[in-house]
Amino acid sequence: MPQSLQPWFLVIQRLGIALLTLVIVSFAVFFATELLPGDVAEILLGQAATPEAVAGLREAMGLNEPAISRFVGWLLGLAQGDLGNSYVNNMDVAELISGRLSNSLKLAGLTTLVSVPIALSLGIGAAMWRGSLFDRIVTVLTISVISVPEFMVATLAVLIFAVWLDWLPALSYGVDVSSLSAMLKAYAMPVIALSFVISAQMIRMTRAAVIETINTPYVEMALLKGASRKRMVLGHALPNALGPIANAVALSLSYLVGGVIIVETIFSYPGVAKLMVDAVSTRDLPLIQSCAMIFCVSYLSLITLADVIALLSNPRLR
Amino acid sequence: MTEPLVSVRDLRIGATTDAGRKVEIIKGVNFDIAPGEIVALIGESGSGKTTIALSLMGHTRTGCRIDDGSIRLDQSDITTMSERDRMQVRGTEVSYVPQSAAAAFNPSKRIMDQVIEIAAIHDLMPRAEAEKKAVELFRALALPDADTLGQRYPHQVSGGQLQRLSAAMALIGDPKLVIFDEPTTALDVTTQIEVLRAFKSVMKKGGIAGVYVSHDLAVVAQIADRIIVLKGGEIQEVGTAEQILNAPQHAYTKQLLAAFEPVPHQPVAPTAQPARPKPILEVYDLSAGYGHMRNGVPAAKILKSVNFKIERGRNLGVIGESGSGKSTLARAVAGILPAYQGAVMVDGMEQKRDLKSRSKEELRRMQIVFQLADTALNPTHSIGTLLARPLTFYEGLRGKARDARVAELLDMVHLPAALRHRLPGELSGGQKQRVNLARALAANPELILCDEITSALDTVVAAAILELLKELQRELGLSYMFISHDLSTVEAICDDVLVMYKGEVVEALPAARMSTEATHPYSRLLISSVPRLDTGWLSGLEQDPELLAQFANR
Amino acid sequence: MMADSSSTTTTIKGPSWSFNWVGRIGLGIILFWALVALVGPWFSPYPPGEIVDWDFFGPMTGDYWMGTDYLGRDIFSRILMGARYTVGIALAAVTLACTLGVILGMVAAVAGGWFDMILSRLLDAFNGIPSLLFGLVVVAAVGSSIPVLVLTLTAIYMPGAYRFARALAVNVNTMDFVTVARARGESTPYLILREIFPNILGPVLADLGLRFVFIVLVLSGLSFLGLGVQPPNADWGALVRENIEGLSLGAPAVIFPSIAIASLTISVNMFIDNLPTKIRDRSE
Repeated sequence: MPQSLQPWFLVIQRLGIALLTLVIVSFAVFFATELLPGDVAEILLGQAATPEAVAGLREAMGLNEPAISRFVGWLLGLAQGDLGNSYVNNMDVAELISGRLSNSLKLAGLTTLVSVPIALSLGIGAAMWRGSLFDRIVTVLTISVISVPEFMVATLAVLIFAVWLDWLPALSYGVDVSSLSAMLKAYAMPVIALSFVISAQMIRMTRAAVIETINTPYVEMALLKGASRKRMVLGHALPNALGPIANAVALSLSYLVGGVIIVETIFSYPGVAKLMVDAVSTRDLPLIQSCAMIFCVSYLSLITLADVIALLSNPRLR
Repeated sequence: MTEPLVSVRDLRIGATTDAGRKVEIIKGVNFDIAPGEIVALIGESGSGKTTIALSLMGHTRTGCRIDDGSIRLDQSDITTMSERDRMQVRGTEVSYVPQSAAAAFNPSKRIMDQVIEIAAIHDLMPRAEAEKKAVELFRALALPDADTLGQRYPHQVSGGQLQRLSAAMALIGDPKLVIFDEPTTALDVTTQIEVLRAFKSVMKKGGIAGVYVSHDLAVVAQIADRIIVLKGGEIQEVGTAEQILNAPQHAYTKQLLAAFEPVPHQPVAPTAQPARPKPILEVYDLSAGYGHMRNGVPAAKILKSVNFKIERGRNLGVIGESGSGKSTLARAVAGILPAYQGAVMVDGMEQKRDLKSRSKEELRRMQIVFQLADTALNPTHSIGTLLARPLTFYEGLRGKARDARVAELLDMVHLPAALRHRLPGELSGGQKQRVNLARALAANPELILCDEITSALDTVVAAAILELLKELQRELGLSYMFISHDLSTVEAICDDVLVMYKGEVVEALPAARMSTEATHPYSRLLISSVPRLDTGWLSGLEQDPELLAQFANR
Repeated sequence: MMADSSSTTTTIKGPSWSFNWVGRIGLGIILFWALVALVGPWFSPYPPGEIVDWDFFGPMTGDYWMGTDYLGRDIFSRILMGARYTVGIALAAVTLACTLGVILGMVAAVAGGWFDMILSRLLDAFNGIPSLLFGLVVVAAVGSSIPVLVLTLTAIYMPGAYRFARALAVNVNTMDFVTVARARGESTPYLILREIFPNILGPVLADLGLRFVFIVLVLSGLSFLGLGVQPPNADWGALVRENIEGLSLGAPAVIFPSIAIASLTISVNMFIDNLPTKIRDRSE
């Protein structure tokens, strides 16, 4: 195989693996929710679960078919955008989700916009002045943020910005978003909380990636050519750290998936995660499945993206 | 006498170990370098040669610092300068050629940008002019495709060429002093010659002073005017190259020279055992490789139809450059890498190709010893445990009997018995290699495969290990298969030699008459490329350029 | 053999084994919480489930050192009891996850071939599920109980431990000393237990510590969502959830459980980050 094609072959291989993973994941999601909880029909009927009613409902829902064919049917439905109907209010799941999804994406997008520039400059700066007071403060802060649960970061944010300073509303839901300042206020709390969680990861990984390239012989060589510290880091170390940094960014963004679940719950933010947590408490299986798949797909895309970036940025494969 | 270019006075460099202990690694060193003079710093690992060389640029590696003394370079006092001023000096007054150019080139930038970077940093000349100068330097360094070479990325260029490119990188700013830090150590001998020649001619032409750091006296003899012999951070002897080679004064210098000159090998007289006509090892048509197997043939064929035999009590050397397949041969014989074709016979009995199918007794008779004792000894096991395991495994020895045998083995390799409680990490390189050998001996083998076992050691230590091997052979009637890239080592211990090139044996020769009897062009090239302890060797050497083009790994 | 390996302990341990003070503080706090989890509930001033104060979200007083919760239960007693849930569940899960992961990882590294490939693919696929989400789905499916929590957390973190141990073991497996042992004719169990395991133990322990932190975080997150330890019992995450309403009142009931979680996780991080270089030498 020509050398120039090799990276693309590896990329296609990674994408294939991601697709395969997605099938396995959907398998796991389907069976975890579909098979374990006992009889769906009985749960649905609740008090009215006479044997005849259960049998009738089972027949109507197609629950008597073998699990594997139901799985294939579900998967095919997913692929065509048919997410099924909610058990609880019999609404189309796709409809339930669509509005919420755009809300969650807005939150994720805003968080990315805020956290990536901040995290990259802090991470690269800390690596550049390694061992300085600045580096130590950044390191201690990031370790502290990483070490505490997301809900604590969010709780602290509420405590500081909403309770003590009274700048921002503690809840996002039902806030008037007609004016810009009101909208800013509605998003500010969740975005601040999420940004803290994501940035801490990103700063740590960026710092490590840059330091690793600073410790290479070619950066020492640049020093021996008379290069300044700035030139060594920005001119020699950084271009080689770009791949690992992009990898770190993509990986950190995948933490959004976990963080968003907590943050949306705390701030009653009307996103997919909140929808899913509510669905869990009402045992609305089609809704849980669809939300879970949305999260899994976004998570998988981000880690696959990280992998592909890492592959393509390897100069030996270019 | 003119004012020296560099003068170093009472230089002391200290280091803080990981444990926080402070040690002095350079203990008061004084020397001068005249303009245009090339001075070699020679010594073993830990002698401080690289540390001194780097300090001339005002640079110390992490954990080290210049404690005392002064370094004057031309007008500037390196030791008292601020880091900002040192930056001004680096690249313009003094520049550096690294040991591994492959690692010192930034993989993500084109070669030209890196070669002319010094001009850009110090704003010496416009870019076009710098590029023109670089191309001239490429030509002067005998680099092919000088006009387009700069457009490539480092990984697209061979090791020998990168090493010369790093010299171009050092020379672009017209420095007064160039520091060469073991620049040919990582190269094969046939490549080394070209690189050395190129270095020598550009330095002479430009009248540039140089510091050449090396552990190899023969290489240094070709390029240096004066030699400084270092040991343990102190200067042992200073003299002209001629004087150091021909009339050494200091005992340590003599020792270094003695270690370099191989003691010719005396074949062991067959002991008075009943005539056993079968050779200890016979190899027929052996082929091995790596990668995916298709129709019983691997994707990458490394070893191609190798045939040889070793008579009992005799030693076979296998020589060749990197990529010649000599280590693969040892692995295929030992069964670590199962051959896909051919046969290995020990004492007339055919061995299974895969070591998993070989019997314990078959495995015991043939032991393999690896190059790096650091990685060959499990760092978490004590020396006693390491030596005891084969005893238990092969002979079922336990308790007192085993302890006694461990002590005996340590004695055989001239190590104190108290060492058994130590971990490998606490031993020196030479000691570790002795333990490595003792572990092979514990199996009571008849044949030992030695894979470059002296290559990572300092010359004096390596010479002692060779002596030990000879002694063990006399006492135990062993046979060795000795794999090495170093011809003098092979000469010192072997009866016969196989020359390997690209996985094939090109010639088999008696070791003692290697240089006279070689007929294959590659063997002749390889043998003639080994530097001699003679200052005029390189200038007097004539090699067929076509031969070089055909065989050298450039 | 044992007699010989015990003799290695007589060697002088280099100063590089020593800790710095940050690491020592971290270790101290870890040991403190371990002790609390073990014996703490016997020293609690009130039964953790009993309503002892008519006032809810009570302040810190001499009677109730950390105030009272939304029902008027003693927070101090509930934190002592919560330590048992948080530390106990996390410890059980991390031990299970790492033991399984490390054993499978070493076997996969040494065996290679199909076994390695299928196992690695499967577990990688498992890594493609966000951890909190996996917890949500499982709890939605089978309901929450302590064994379910332990097994779920184990399942979430086993693939990572496997991946980590396998990467280390693959590196060690290519070292010459393993080749020497193999050429000697040693069996696979010997290679794994005597040659590879001792050489990956240090990094694996450090990894275990970090994984413990993640497990504490996910467990607290689940409890915070009401899907972890179920009332009337409560781990620290559940304590925060129960009393989150008191946040706007500035009640100590929500602050102290948070401090407990943070002190545990931060101290483990401090400890791991300041391990002696000999142990910390991680390949990641």
